[in-house]
Amino acid sequence: MHTVIKQNLFERKRSWLQNYKWLIFRRLSQITIFSLFMLGPWFDIWIIKGNLSSSLTLDVLPLTDPFIAIQSLFAGQSLTTVALTGVLIISLFYILVGGRVYCSWVCPINIATDCASWLRKKFNIKSSSLFPRNTRYWLLAMTFIMALITGTLSWELINPVTLVQRGIISGLWISVAIMLMIFLFDLLISRDAWCGHICPVGAFYSLFGRIGLIRVSAYHRDNCNDCMDCFVVCPEEQVIKSALRGAKNNISPVILEINCTNCGRCIDVCDKNVFKFTHRFNHSTTSFNFLNQEPPQ
Amino acid sequence: MKATTPQTNIARRRFLSETARTVCGVSFVGLGLGFYTQKALSLPATSLRPPGALNEKDFQAACVRCGLCVRDCPYNILKLADIIDQAATGTPYFEARKIPCEMCEDIPCVVACPTNALDKSLTNIDDARMGLAVLIDQETCLNFQGLRCDVCHRVCPLLNEAITLEPQHNTRSGKHALFIPVVHSDKCTGCGKCERACVLEEAAIKVLPISLAKGELGHHYRWGWKEKEKAGESLVTPDVKHQYNLPEGLKYDHAGEGLQKE
Repeated sequence: MHTVIKQNLFERKRSWLQNYKWLIFRRLSQITIFSLFMLGPWFDIWIIKGNLSSSLTLDVLPLTDPFIAIQSLFAGQSLTTVALTGVLIISLFYILVGGRVYCSWVCPINIATDCASWLRKKFNIKSSSLFPRNTRYWLLAMTFIMALITGTLSWELINPVTLVQRGIISGLWISVAIMLMIFLFDLLISRDAWCGHICPVGAFYSLFGRIGLIRVSAYHRDNCNDCMDCFVVCPEEQVIKSALRGAKNNISPVILEINCTNCGRCIDVCDKNVFKFTHRFNHSTTSFNFLNQEPPQ
Repeated sequence: MKATTPQTNIARRRFLSETARTVCGVSFVGLGLGFYTQKALSLPATSLRPPGALNEKDFQAACVRCGLCVRDCPYNILKLADIIDQAATGTPYFEARKIPCEMCEDIPCVVACPTNALDKSLTNIDDARMGLAVLIDQETCLNFQGLRCDVCHRVCPLLNEAITLEPQHNTRSGKHALFIPVVHSDKCTGCGKCERACVLEEAAIKVLPISLAKGELGHHYRWGWKEKEKAGESLVTPDVKHQYNLPEGLKYDHAGEGLQKE
C-alpha cells in the first residue's frame, strides 16, 4: 500500500501543467502587471497611474523604484515623503520575495529575453556570451558615478528597462524598437546578454537578494540524476551548482546566490522534483530516496 | 606570503585581464553616456517645463520620469519626451505654440509629482514661471505696424497685467497711434497662451526659458537714481552751475557761435 502511494507520487509521469506551472504563473504576473498599467491609457480605467519608475495605485498607494531614487540621491536631490514611502514599500516587498523577482516576474523586457533564450535552444544558436557576468555590477557602479558627476539621472536617459514601458504607456512605439534590439542581440549575438550580464537594474535588485527571504532550494538533491535540464533552462546557471552538488561539502541546498531570479523554471523542468520554493533559512533536505527504490513487483 | 603556483598565477592573470577589460568597456559606455547627458541637459528653447519646475539641471535630477503630472493634467497638455525628442528622455514638457498651459487653480501636475521636481511650495498658479513671453519680432507684429490685432493681449490670463498695450506715436501715418504690447516679467507666468494665439504664420511673441529671455545686471551694479531715492540725497558731489572764467564783456555760445561779445 505504502509503496503504491509513493509510486503514484514520484514515478508518475509529470503532467504538462507541472512542467510549466511556474512559467505560467510568471507570465501571468508579467502580463497582469503590464495590463494594470495599460488599463488607464488604453481603456481609461485608472487603477494604476504612472509607470515602473513611480506610480500611484487607486489614488492611495505610492510606489517608487529604489534604483531611480538612489540615482536621484547621487545626483544631489533629496527624497519627498511620498517617494520615500514608495521606496520603502517596494524595498520591503523585494526583501520578502527576493530581489530579482523584479526581473523575472515584473520587468517587461524579460519576456523578450526569455523568448530569445528559448529560440536559441530551439534553433541551436550557439554563440557564447561576449561579457562576463559581473559586467552589470560595474555598470551599476557607473550609473551612480554618472549621476554624481553629471548631477542628473544620466542612466535614465537610456535605461531600456524604464524606457520601454514608459514608451508603450505614452504611445511612443520607438521604445518597442529598443526592446526588439535587445531581443535580437540576445538571440543572435550574445547569450543571455541583457538580463544575465549587462542590466544594472537587475544587478541592483540582485543586491536585495542578499537578504531576500523566498529562495529556491534543491531540497531533494539526492534525487538528482545529473540530467542537466535545470542548468540548461536556468538564465543564471552558475547559481545552481553549489546548492545542488553541495551535499558532500555540507553546503546548504538553498540557492543563496544573489543572481538567482526566483523564476522557478528549475522547479518546472526537473523530472525528479529536486527543487522547491522555500524560505532562506530552511536548510533541510530529504534524504529519503524514493526514486532509487525498486518498483514493486 | 602564499606560495604562487602556476594555477593561481593563471587564475589571477585571467581575473585581472577580465576585470581590466570590463572596466575599460564600462568606462567607454560611461564616457558616451556623459556626452549624451551633456546634450540632454540643454532643454530646447521651445520646450517648456510644467509649473513649479526647478531649474533645468535640478529638475532633471529630481524628476523620476513617472509621468504622473502628464496623467493628472486635465487638458492633456504635458507629454513625456521619448528618446528621439530633444528634451531629456522621459521628462515632461509642453510646447506653447502647439498647446499652452491652462493654468489650473489647483495645479494638479504639481500635486501629482511624487518628488521635488515640481516645487510643492507653488500654490498660486499666478506665481508660476514656466518661461517668459517675449515679443521677439517687431518687424512682423501687426500692432507694431499700427494695426489693432491685440490678440496676445486679449488672450492673456492676466489681462492688462502680464501684457499691457502702450500707446506710441505712429510715425508712418503721422496721425495715428501704435499700441505696443509690452510683457511684464513680474506678472507673466509663461503659460504660452499669447504664443499659441498669435495670428502670424510664425508667432511674433514667443515664450522662452527665463534664462534666455532675461538679462541680469552685474551684481555690483547700482541704479544711481534708486540709490539717491533710498539715501534721500545724491551720493555723488552735487552738480554746481558751470561758470567760464572769461574776460569781462565776453560770453561763450554753446550753439556754435563760440566766443561772443556781450
